[in-house]
Amino acid sequence: MERDPNATPFASGGRPLRVLVLGFGNPGRLDDGLGPAAARAIEAAAIPGVRTEAPYQLELEDAALAAEHDAVVFVDASRTESPPFGFREVRPRTHHEFTTHSLAPEAVLGVARDVLGATPRGFVLAIRGEEFDGFGEWLSAPAAAHLGAATRFLEDALRSGLSAACASEV
Amino acid sequence: MGEQAGDRRIVIEPVTRVEGHGKVTILLDEQGRVRQARLHVVEFRGFERFIQGRPYWEMPVAVQRLCGICPVSHHLCAAKAVDHIVGADRLTPTADKVRRLMHHGQFFQSHALHFFYLAAPDLLFGFGSDVLARNVIGVARAHPELAKRGILMRKWGQEIIRVTSGKRIHGTGAIPGGVNKNVSLAERDEALRDLPQMIEWAQAAVGLAKDYTLSHLDELADFGSFESSHLSIVRSDGALDLYDGNLRAIDADGRTIFDGVAPARYADVLAEDVKPWSYMKFPFIRDLGPDDGWYRVGPLSRMNTCAFIDTPLAEAARREFRAITGPRPCHVTMAYHWARMIETLHAAEKIGELLHDSDLQGSDLVVRGERRSEGVGIVEAPRGTLFHHYRVDDDDLVTMCNLIVSTTSNNVPMNRAVESVARKYLSGREITEGLLNHVEVAIRAYDPCLSCATHAMGQMPLEVDLLDADGRLVDRRVRDGS
Repeated sequence: MERDPNATPFASGGRPLRVLVLGFGNPGRLDDGLGPAAARAIEAAAIPGVRTEAPYQLELEDAALAAEHDAVVFVDASRTESPPFGFREVRPRTHHEFTTHSLAPEAVLGVARDVLGATPRGFVLAIRGEEFDGFGEWLSAPAAAHLGAATRFLEDALRSGLSAACASEV
Repeated sequence: MGEQAGDRRIVIEPVTRVEGHGKVTILLDEQGRVRQARLHVVEFRGFERFIQGRPYWEMPVAVQRLCGICPVSHHLCAAKAVDHIVGADRLTPTADKVRRLMHHGQFFQSHALHFFYLAAPDLLFGFGSDVLARNVIGVARAHPELAKRGILMRKWGQEIIRVTSGKRIHGTGAIPGGVNKNVSLAERDEALRDLPQMIEWAQAAVGLAKDYTLSHLDELADFGSFESSHLSIVRSDGALDLYDGNLRAIDADGRTIFDGVAPARYADVLAEDVKPWSYMKFPFIRDLGPDDGWYRVGPLSRMNTCAFIDTPLAEAARREFRAITGPRPCHVTMAYHWARMIETLHAAEKIGELLHDSDLQGSDLVVRGERRSEGVGIVEAPRGTLFHHYRVDDDDLVTMCNLIVSTTSNNVPMNRAVESVARKYLSGREITEGLLNHVEVAIRAYDPCLSCATHAMGQMPLEVDLLDADGRLVDRRVRDGS
C-alpha cells in the first residue's frame, strides 16, 4: 500500500509522534560528517513531527531535548559498522562520571531518565565511513553512497512512525 | 626536588571531573611523606603552528576547533583580534551587544555545568565520601531538583548562544568587524520567557555556594589555599567586564601591580616560561620574573580585581563575598565556586539587560577601517583571561599566532594547590581513593579545561599506579569512567 508522504505519524496515545534526529559529528573531518549530513537530508525531507539537530558532539542539554520527544534517533559515523549502515534500539544507561567531551547516546538517554524522568525510545543509525584521518568538508565516495542508503531508510522509518524499523532492526 | 632511593611515586591519571586530560604524580619518601606533587598535562596542542598559513578571516571559526567546551570564548577572542586587523576599532552597537549577549550565554551555561555536574558531588557529599555516591547520579538521586536545574540552566545558556551565533556549538556569529546576524524579536521573546526562572535559580546557586563556603571556611582556608597575585581585564571605571577592558593585576595584599594596560600591550607586562615535564606554558608577570610572577585568573581573581559589578543582584553578592576578607583579596581556593556562581547571576542579569535593548534588532552589523598587520584580542573566558594574538602578511595569511589560555595562567597555582593538599592529606597515611580525591577537588576548583590548554578528548577513568623507586608496580587502582 502506498503511504501518504505528508501523513503525520501518531504515537500510541493518538497524538502526533515527536521524533528528534540528532546527527552528530565533525563535518570538518571528512566522513565524521556523516551524522550532520544525514540530519540535513532529513531536515530537507520536512517530515511532520520530526526535529533535526546537527551538533559536533552529544552534550548534556541534548538530554533535555530528548526528554521533549517520544523517540530519538542518534545518527553517527562508524568505522566498524557493516556497510552501508546499521540501525538498532539503544537503552538508557546510568552514567556515573561525566565529561562534556564524551557522552554516548545511552548516557544521554540515561540522564533524560535519571534526572528528568523522561523515557523516550532511543535508536542509533550508524553509517559506515571510510576516511576520518584528514581535514576537509566532504565525504568519501563510499560514505556518500552509504549516506544515501541510510537516509532513504531513515526517512521511510520516520514516515512510518518508526514502528516498521523497530519491528525489524537492520 | 628530585626522586631519591626509596621514594614511592603515585600517579592519578587521568584527573576526573575536569575537562580534558591530565595526570597528577605524587612522590612519597620512605616514611610516606609527600616529597613532591605535580599536575602534568600530557597531550600536545600545537594549534599555534597549525593555524599559520591560514587566512586571518578564518580565525574566529577555525580556533573553535581547539575544543568543544568553550568555543564561544575562542570565537569571540579571535574575532576581537581580527577586528584590529581589519581596522574595526569600534563596533556598531548591534554587533557589540550581540557579541556580549553570546558571551554571557557562554558564561551562564559553562558555570552552571561546572557547578552542578563537576563540583557538586564533592560539595554535597564530602571530598572523601563513598565514591559510588559521589558522582552526578548521586546528585540526581539525592538532590533531583538541583540536577534538573543544572541541565535546564545549561540548555538556556546554549539557546542564547544559538540565537546569537547560529549554533549551540561552533557557531559563526562573530565575523571580522562585527556579526553576521542580529537577534529577532521572536528569538528575544523566547529567551526572555525563562529569564525570571534563570535569575531565581542563579540566586539560589549563589546562596548554596555561599553557605557551603562559610560553613566550611576554617577547613577551606587551609585547603589548597595560598596568597597570590590576581589578574583580569576590567572596564575603564573598574567594573567587572567579561567581554572587554584593560589588564589589571594586583598582588596578594591588593596593591596594584599594573592597571589600564591595553590588550595590544600585553607582552610588555607578561612573559611565558616552559618546563620539561608539561606541555602547558607558564605565564608570569614580567616585572616579577618567572619565579615570583605567577598569578591566578578566573572567577576568584575577577572578584578580587574588579571595583564593583554593574548589575544589582550580583553586586550585592560580591559585597558579601568580599566582606569575608575585608580590604584584602580573597585567596581561598575553594571560594572559586562561590565567585563562579556570582558570575552566573551576573551573566543572567546582563542577558536580561541586553535582551531588553532594541539595538539587538539593528541592521548595521559590520564596520571596517584601515588594514593592519597585527591584532590582539582579550576576553575573560569562564575559566579566566584569554589572549589571542595574530600577525598576518600582505597575502592575508597568518604568520604568527600566540594564545594564552586561562588554564595555562592557572598552571602554577594548580600545582601549588596539588602540592599543598597532597602534603596535608596524604603524608604518612594509607592512600585511599577518598584521599586522592582531595587532590582532584583542589584542581576542580579552578575548573581547568586541559583540552584547551593543550588538546585532548576521551573517557575519564581514574587510574592510580603505585610504584617503588625503581619503577616497579606495587599497587594499582582503576575507576571505570563508563
